[in-house]
Amino acid sequence: MAPKSSRRPGFSRRAQYSLFVSYVVAVAGAAIGLLLILTARFDPAGHTVIQGVFTDVTSPLSTAGRAVVRTFRDGTENVSAYFDAATKNKAMEAELKAARQKLIRGQVDAAENRRLRRLAKLVEKMPEAIVAARLVSSTGTSSRRYATLTAGQTDGIANGQPVRSSEGLVGRIVQAGEVSSRVLLIVDGGNIVPVKRVTDNVPAVAVGLGDGRMELRPLSTGGNPFKAGDVFVTSGSGGIYKPGIPVAMGVSRNREGIIARPLADPSRLDFAIVEPVFTTPPPLPSGMLEQAEE
Amino acid sequence: MALNPTKVLNYRALAGRPRGYDPRLRKAPGVVETQIIPIATTMLASMLTLLPFVTTAPTMPPWGLLVLLGWRLLDRDIWPVWMALPLGLFDDMFSGQPMGSAMMLWTLAFLAIEVFDRRMIWRDYKEDWAIAAGSIAAVLVGGLIVADGTGGGTDLITIIPQIAISILCFPIAVRFCAMIDRMRRRI
Repeated sequence: MAPKSSRRPGFSRRAQYSLFVSYVVAVAGAAIGLLLILTARFDPAGHTVIQGVFTDVTSPLSTAGRAVVRTFRDGTENVSAYFDAATKNKAMEAELKAARQKLIRGQVDAAENRRLRRLAKLVEKMPEAIVAARLVSSTGTSSRRYATLTAGQTDGIANGQPVRSSEGLVGRIVQAGEVSSRVLLIVDGGNIVPVKRVTDNVPAVAVGLGDGRMELRPLSTGGNPFKAGDVFVTSGSGGIYKPGIPVAMGVSRNREGIIARPLADPSRLDFAIVEPVFTTPPPLPSGMLEQAEE
Repeated sequence: MALNPTKVLNYRALAGRPRGYDPRLRKAPGVVETQIIPIATTMLASMLTLLPFVTTAPTMPPWGLLVLLGWRLLDRDIWPVWMALPLGLFDDMFSGQPMGSAMMLWTLAFLAIEVFDRRMIWRDYKEDWAIAAGSIAAVLVGGLIVADGTGGGTDLITIIPQIAISILCFPIAVRFCAMIDRMRRRI
C-alpha cells in the first residue's frame, strides 16, 4: 500500500476542501509574488524602501561577524610576518629610501601644480566625504551584486551616492535604510560607469559582468583602442561619480572592448567612503558665454 | 487530513491512565518539534547570506531553498503547499533579489513537486535528488530572469557554476534536515 498522505484525502469532504484551499492560496500567493516583482520593475523607489527596512534589522549581525573574520585574518598575517621579518626589513629600508626621493619629487611637483593652477585660475570644487563605514556582507546567492554598508540615512546617506575606497570606486548606494544601506557594486551587471583611459582620456563605458569582472567598451566608433594593462578612471560625465576615481585595469582584449578587473576588490575591502553625488554645473546661458569669450 | 501516526500512539499510551498522566516515553512531538523547528532551520539557512563575506560573484548555494527542499522531500506532509510563500518572502529579505522573487519561485517549485508526488508514489533518494536538482536549477534560472528584468544584466553562463555547486550541496542539506529530524523525533 502506498504511504498515507494528507495529499490523498480520500472521501473526506473536509480534507478535500482544505487541500483545495491550500492550492488556491499557493497559486494566489505566487501571483502576489509576481506583482511584487513588477513593482520592483516599475516603481524601484517604492520597492527599495521596503527592502531598506529589512537591511537595517540584519546588518548588526554581519558587523559582529566581520570583526571576527578580520581578527582571524590579521592573526595569520602577523604569524607569517614574523617568519620573514629580516628579509622584509631589508626590502623595506630600500623601499623607504626610494620613497623619500619620490616624496621630495612629489612635493616639488605639487608646488609646480599649485603655481600652474593659479596661472590657469582653475577652480576645482571637490566634494567632501560624507561618512566612512564598513562593508559587512554581500548577496552571495543572488545574481545581483549588492554589499551591505553599516551607515544609513542617519549618517547623511541617500540613494545614488558613490562609494569608494582608497584603492578605487566600489559602487553606489541604492537602498539607504536608517542605519545601514545597500551598495550596488560596480561589478554588478546593472551598474554602468562612464570611464576614461588615464593616459589619453579616451572615453568608455564600464559594465559589470556579474562574476567579478567588468567589460569596458569604447564610446568612439571604429577600432578597439584598448589593450591589457590600461588603467581607467571615472570620467565624471553624466554626474554621480566625480572624475578621477580609479575604476579598473584592463586584462584581456575582446572584439568590442576590453575585459577589466576592478581596482578596489570588494572581498578584501573593509572600509569604504561615501561621497556626495557629483553634479556637473549647469551650462552657462548663451549670453554669458559670449561675454566670457570676449 | 489523515491521522498522524504519532498522535495515535500517544492516545493509546494515555488510554486507561488517570487524568493528568504525562507519558515520559514515546511522547508525541509537540508543535515546536513538528512545525517550529523545520521553519526555523529554513529561515536560518536563508540568513546565511549575512555571513561576513563580500563576494564578487554568485557562488554561494541558496541554502534556504536547499533546506526547504530537504524538508519537503523528506516528509511530504510536513507543510501545506502554501508554506513556501512566507518562507520565500523571508528569503527575499536577505538574498538581494527583488521582493517576491523567491516567494513566487519557491511556491511554483512546491506546486511542481506536488505534481511529482501524484505521479511517483514510490520514490527513492535518487529520485528525490533529481527532483531537487530540477527545482534548484529552475529557481536559480528564474531568479536570474527576475533579477535581469528588474535592472540587472548578468549572463546565464555566470550562474552555471552556482547551479552545479547547489545541486552537489543538496545532499548536505538533506543530511542536515535528517539529523534535525531524528533529534526532534527523539525529544
